[in-house]
Amino acid sequence: MIEFYYEYILVSLFLLLSIFLSLIRLIKGPTAPDRIVGIDTINTIIISGMVVFGAVFQSVIYIDVAIVYALLSFISTLFIAKYIEGGEF
Amino acid sequence: MIFTIIIYIILVIGVFFNLLGGIGLLRFPDVYTRLHAGTKCTTFGSIFICGSVTLIGLKMWYTGSTDGSVLAIHSIAALLAILLTNPTGAHAIARAAHRSGIMPVNAVVDDLKTKKSKKGVKKEAKK
Repeated sequence: MIEFYYEYILVSLFLLLSIFLSLIRLIKGPTAPDRIVGIDTINTIIISGMVVFGAVFQSVIYIDVAIVYALLSFISTLFIAKYIEGGEF
Repeated sequence: MIFTIIIYIILVIGVFFNLLGGIGLLRFPDVYTRLHAGTKCTTFGSIFICGSVTLIGLKMWYTGSTDGSVLAIHSIAALLAILLTNPTGAHAIARAAHRSGIMPVNAVVDDLKTKKSKKGVKKEAKK
């Protein structure tokens, strides 16, 4: 299964470019919710990259890391959104 | 052979939509439109990338490796996690942005604002 190797490295390079574009928004964003949107996008693209790495190296542990990362990033997004909203917890 | 071509086509669609999400996040003028680009496009692209990895796992399983079935099932689980958590988080972010007083760029009328101010008045009167 070495035939998938190079193509998937190319895919991860394109995902890295997308992460870089989101990082520009994260640094430049005028308000706080802009930065949260950047963080959320980066989290989703990192989950995709983890799944791609699991296909590159033919090991399942990357995809397990992706599942746990998805749930933890969801909790952190909800928490920051609640903080921005300014209500009672 | 056809299976490999299908895997590549699905993979290219997923990467294209992820890149489109990044570009839209950079180009749109507003929090809500940026949220639209940055969440929906990446969710759609992640569906296709996880589907591609699932097809690779099924192909490995078909050719005789037992590792492929585990790869397919776990990538389906990751896809389910993305599908459940990502729109919910986007909804929470949009709600928080509206509650914290950020308006859309060319907005003229805000229907939700009056309800919010009435609610705030009621809360203050109770206190």
